[in-house]
Amino acid sequence: MKAGIIVFPGTNCDRDTFEACSFFGWECRYIWHNETDLNNLDAIFLPGGFSYGDYICSGRLAKFSPIIQEVKNFIKRKQGIIIGICNGFQILCETKLLPGVLTTNINNKFICDDTVLTFQNTEITLPIAHKEGRYIAPKGKNLCNMMFLQYKNNPNGSDYDIAGLYDRENKILAMMPHPERAVFKETGLTDGRKIFEFIQKELNK
Amino acid sequence: MTQLYKNLGLSDLEYEEIKKRLKREPNELETYLFSAMWSEHCGYKHSKKYISMFPKKNAICAQENSGGIGIGEHVIFFKAESHNHPSAVEPFQGAATGIGGIIRDILTLGARPIALLNSLKFGSLQEGRNKYLLDGVVKGISSYGNSTGIPTIGGETGFEDCFSLSPLVNVLAVGIVKKSDIKKSSAMPGGIVMLLGSYTGKDGIHGASFASKELKKDKKEDKLSVQIADPFTKKVVIEATLEILKSEGIIAAQDCGAAGLLSSTSEMAYKGNCGMELYLDKVHLREHDMKPWEIMLSESQERMVFIVKPNFVQEITNIANKYDIKISEIGKTIEQKEYRIFFNGNMEANIPPEVLNNCITYDLKDSEPNYINEYKRKTYKELPLQKQNIIDILKCHDIASKKYIYSQYDYTVGNRTLTKPESTSSSGLWIKEENKFIAFTMDSNPRQCFLNPYEGSVNTVYEAFRNITASGFKPSGITDCLNFASPEDIGVQYQFVKSVEGISKACIELNIPVVSGNVSFYNETPDNKIYPTPVIGMMGISENNIFKNSIKENDFVYLIGKDIDEKTYTGGSLYQKLFYNFTGGEIDTVNSELELKLSTFILQMINKNNISGCNDISKGGLFISLFELLHNAKKGFKGDIINIKEGQKALFGEITGRYIITSHRTLEEEMKKNLIPYRFLGKIQSETLEFNDFRFNIKELFDIYEKAFESELNS
Repeated sequence: MKAGIIVFPGTNCDRDTFEACSFFGWECRYIWHNETDLNNLDAIFLPGGFSYGDYICSGRLAKFSPIIQEVKNFIKRKQGIIIGICNGFQILCETKLLPGVLTTNINNKFICDDTVLTFQNTEITLPIAHKEGRYIAPKGKNLCNMMFLQYKNNPNGSDYDIAGLYDRENKILAMMPHPERAVFKETGLTDGRKIFEFIQKELNK
Repeated sequence: MTQLYKNLGLSDLEYEEIKKRLKREPNELETYLFSAMWSEHCGYKHSKKYISMFPKKNAICAQENSGGIGIGEHVIFFKAESHNHPSAVEPFQGAATGIGGIIRDILTLGARPIALLNSLKFGSLQEGRNKYLLDGVVKGISSYGNSTGIPTIGGETGFEDCFSLSPLVNVLAVGIVKKSDIKKSSAMPGGIVMLLGSYTGKDGIHGASFASKELKKDKKEDKLSVQIADPFTKKVVIEATLEILKSEGIIAAQDCGAAGLLSSTSEMAYKGNCGMELYLDKVHLREHDMKPWEIMLSESQERMVFIVKPNFVQEITNIANKYDIKISEIGKTIEQKEYRIFFNGNMEANIPPEVLNNCITYDLKDSEPNYINEYKRKTYKELPLQKQNIIDILKCHDIASKKYIYSQYDYTVGNRTLTKPESTSSSGLWIKEENKFIAFTMDSNPRQCFLNPYEGSVNTVYEAFRNITASGFKPSGITDCLNFASPEDIGVQYQFVKSVEGISKACIELNIPVVSGNVSFYNETPDNKIYPTPVIGMMGISENNIFKNSIKENDFVYLIGKDIDEKTYTGGSLYQKLFYNFTGGEIDTVNSELELKLSTFILQMINKNNISGCNDISKGGLFISLFELLHNAKKGFKGDIINIKEGQKALFGEITGRYIITSHRTLEEEMKKNLIPYRFLGKIQSETLEFNDFRFNIKELFDIYEKAFESELNS
């Protein structure tokens, strides 16, 4: 399993994502935002952070970067899976690779907390840390088969308690919570492993 | 010239001294340079003599921007710094740039910043301005810290009228670097001076001298002295700097903090015992009409200075280009011990670095001011304990949960954070590089330090010591932020000298060094001086354990250490201020032998897995310490905790040298064997909190504690 982790100026969860992937024995490399080579990769991560400072709004500027065009080709070629976490989810919505938008939390503040989620009919706990994580669904689109992760106590006002979406056909997975921060037992939560195991399973399909 | 140096804040005496050392009159530009380097903020002229007495044994690089503690092959650097004055004027930018500054102090050693903590003080939230300040400061820290990807793992927030309009914003940064990769700040001749980062503009000019005077009532003029933060550039500068510092072409590195380019470059020359030439027309500028003194004194954020071996200039430039950050060659280091400033080909200043960097120092008087005795003799009449007292103390802003604040900080980024803020007495980090654990706490006790600056400061160090101990770590060093009013006031001089002596004494007893620190004077408005507030940031190390609260029903609960009786001094306790608006009396003092014995015992018990919960007893006394344990465990309690007639004093009195521990079994045998003084308090149960004649639904108390602070800020 080979994972590429895209780094924009302002990305700040790249190292955490790298470490988490390495924990599962995945071979990882960083991809700088103006590179264009995604060859030999099975999984592409768009990690959390504030790409290009998130000026204007989260994820808005990243969509103009050279690497995003390559990400689109990666999807077209059905080369593997794309995983957007936090800012990565925002970028995927901004580029219209996923439906809907992410906007400022209902309390208008940054929220850092552990949050209970429904994932494949079980409850898991993952950390969240975002200011613009309130998912607004597009009108008239049925998202039922895309919802793969839902908040139990919706912390940010997201429509349908949506914490993450999965476009199974195009293999685009995205979520606001941070599974990469819930892998190592030293730091407490380990439910993030279930998300990584899920990614592995989806790739093997 | 007379008018100029006076306007710039130099005294006649200082100006005479400059002339004597230069053997001539300084010119206009040189006068500007001296006014900044000889300001309190850069020159430490009132504090240098005293802070040099702090113990430094076992500290690494204590003479650098930040000092550190070794852990295996690595060094943990940590330093606290204040950004009080800017935050009083412009809370968002003030707090944000404070974080920016302290991060650079860590970064410049080649260390990756891995955590932030803060200690905040405000006036009463009944006043709208204080609420505005708190909200702005928290947003500033949140916006800045979160974007840089450095977790804000803990801190403290306190309230006292003396901080109204003079808030304290103290920030602590932690970084890690391999011992062999540490970069220092002393230059060598034959190097190229390179400036990396933001364009130099007119913001923050005179920041150093601004921080060295009291705030005026009309703040308009002061606003120009506040720097502007850019967290995005910061994050990129961090990554670029860490990559640049890995190059063997780097001779020395320094961040541009107070007094900008001037202090960073002249310090490097001074420490390296060499000279430097700077060509100001080569500095990349944001505004084009800047005068030489403006370029030298600008405190534009996100700038780093490197001394580079000439054949590595291209390599360093390439790294900066990769990150799209501007870098300029702005000068060179020379053998002659002269600091020369050129502008458009003309030499505009030429000063020996040791004159510029060795400012005049003052002796402080340590005669006790009258208020000390006056306050010591003050008394009040204590009323019987009421059920409402419990509710009131839980609601009080010093005690109530600060989730409103910490949930705005990203405390989990970095995959190192061991526990949630407020869930343990100190904030732990996983040092993956060594597979060990460290913890930090920030503590202060302004009321006790006001009543007794010496013993209050000793108590503050020990409070930090107990916080580190109670979460299972062995204390290993401190940093401090010394916040005081004007050092020109005799009473403040006494407070400062005594406080420094107290901190030194405590650290010597505990055998830990003061690795770094910061002094902030002039924290006052025309109507109001702050209480003397030394803030202690302490680090602890643990080889193996991650001690987590595992309290169960029927666990035994003990008070260990000192107990309160009728005669115990509890001056400075929060409940006295809260219930009686009283601050006075004598404060309790530390018994260091007992403290060390308790700490050893607790760490032993934790290692043997004998205790299920531990908390130190500080603000809010025995009751609040117990309540915090129950809140984290989501449990109740039944027992007898009031042992004397004065119920309030028993529950809320604040003294040193005590903890609460809980265990699944009785620990009496162990405590007797180790000669630990103890009292059995009761047992853990589920739904209710019952003690003596009082009974509460614990969930209702949790609710009060969790919501009080947030509802005040939203009202």
